[in-house]
Amino acid sequence: MTVAIVGAAECDLGVTGAGVLELQVQAVTRALADAGLSLADVDGLATNNVGRFSTNEVADQLGLRPAWVDSTFVGGSAFEAYVGRAVQAIEAGQAQVVVISYASNQRSARSRSLGGVLEEHLPMAQFETPYGPLYPLSFYAMAASAYLHRYGLGREHLAAVAVSAREWALRNPAAYRYGAGPLTVDEVLAAPVISSPLGSADCCLVTDGGGAIVLTSAERARDLRSAPVRVLGYGEATGHATMATPDDILDTGAAASGAAAFARAGLGPDDVDVAQVYDSFTITPLLSLEALGLAEPGQAGVLAAEGAFAPGGDRPLNTSGGGLSYCHPGQYGVLLLVEAVRQLRGECGDRQVAGAEVAVAHGTGGILSHHATVLLGVDR
Amino acid sequence: MSHDALKQVGAVEGYVPPEDALTAPWWAATREHRLLLQACETCGSRQHHPRHVCTSCGATSLGWTSSAGAGVLDAVTVVHRPPRPDLQAPYVVARVRLDDGPVLLSSVVGTGALGAAIGDRVALTWRDLSDGRALPVFELEED
Ligand SMILES: [Zn+2]
Repeated sequence: MTVAIVGAAECDLGVTGAGVLELQVQAVTRALADAGLSLADVDGLATNNVGRFSTNEVADQLGLRPAWVDSTFVGGSAFEAYVGRAVQAIEAGQAQVVVISYASNQRSARSRSLGGVLEEHLPMAQFETPYGPLYPLSFYAMAASAYLHRYGLGREHLAAVAVSAREWALRNPAAYRYGAGPLTVDEVLAAPVISSPLGSADCCLVTDGGGAIVLTSAERARDLRSAPVRVLGYGEATGHATMATPDDILDTGAAASGAAAFARAGLGPDDVDVAQVYDSFTITPLLSLEALGLAEPGQAGVLAAEGAFAPGGDRPLNTSGGGLSYCHPGQYGVLLLVEAVRQLRGECGDRQVAGAEVAVAHGTGGILSHHATVLLGVDR
Repeated sequence: MSHDALKQVGAVEGYVPPEDALTAPWWAATREHRLLLQACETCGSRQHHPRHVCTSCGATSLGWTSSAGAGVLDAVTVVHRPPRPDLQAPYVVARVRLDDGPVLLSSVVGTGALGAAIGDRVALTWRDLSDGRALPVFELEED
């Protein structure tokens, strides 16, 4: 693969009081500055969540006239999917410099609803919403119930994921929970249950935030300001929309997505030095890590409880603090990529994984509906 | 059927959207407390929710068959913080794997419902809506 990530940045995070276009402009201009590029260089744009015509709106705001855009809307994994399509666009010559961006002011705007959005013309409205599931939370809760049941594990194995995320967040000044102090398994278990077996401490934050990355050819990347990060592989998989559709609730598309990414990269799970895996809920990365081959079936929860994913562990996971303790602006996928890039550049200070050369960023969207995997590596 | 009983399954009067051309037979059967499954006229596969195509073989000619209404819990959650203020928690949301094949999202009601666990056998029962339709829900089988 001949494409590199040359810029990465966050917009303001947390509770910003800003509008979504202001945050978009922050993300894009900061990522371009990181790359040593300007808006005039950009001819490709991928984003969503701004309006019905998100790429039109962001192009208009930035004064761009891109030759390639993508506004695929599949949940928080869209940004990993955009990387695959951006690589294709650059390799095909349709775009030279692609920006992938995202921003949300959901916390400031108080726009998040526990029940999700009712779309009366879709099957879920007639056949599932009447039973009162939280969307998406109750689906992940049912997956968690199945995971714990199948492998004989307990809520403490889920809780360990939140504990690990907090430990990383304490080392990341940009994290929402930076300075909040450590979290214990007992505290996670004592938090109010929302939809069993998941309690409030098993659930991601609800914050403003977002970010952007900039991609261009690996050849051009070597002339730019930051150390290039190569895209080594990508893959994605789409599945169900309703809670009853998957025959096996634990058999997610992450396996196919991950296998495609590893095959394109010519790498295997053992080659991964640092993992950024979507943690909407504590169960989510456990299922994804096993599907990606980064843990044996039923073992991700055991590894979490042993501290393998925490600072000092041998399988560093979600080193920013993740959606659980760093930032979760509705769709978190772009920030998985930002942190992966920073780890591979060695910019992560107290939370740096020594010698990290290969990173995986794995996004999950909807109710384990869409999965997209990106493998990144230092430029050799 | 009391308003409180509907609240137990997380459903509220007037909240279930109206049927459409595809789903009208399914909802009509609920008025007689019959649970229909869609059955493919080509390959015989059964599916739920109703679709315009058989996801097993791609045929678009689909009929209906009655479910015996027995199944096993495939995944379970107890909702403690409802998505709407008119719902009365806690209540159970579960995936039920019918002996007839398909998986349904539903609720577990009645004795011991809040202790429902994966692998428990369940049987069909009904919660009536004020418009004459009914929601299929499940009770734990006594052992
Ligand atoms: Zn068929």
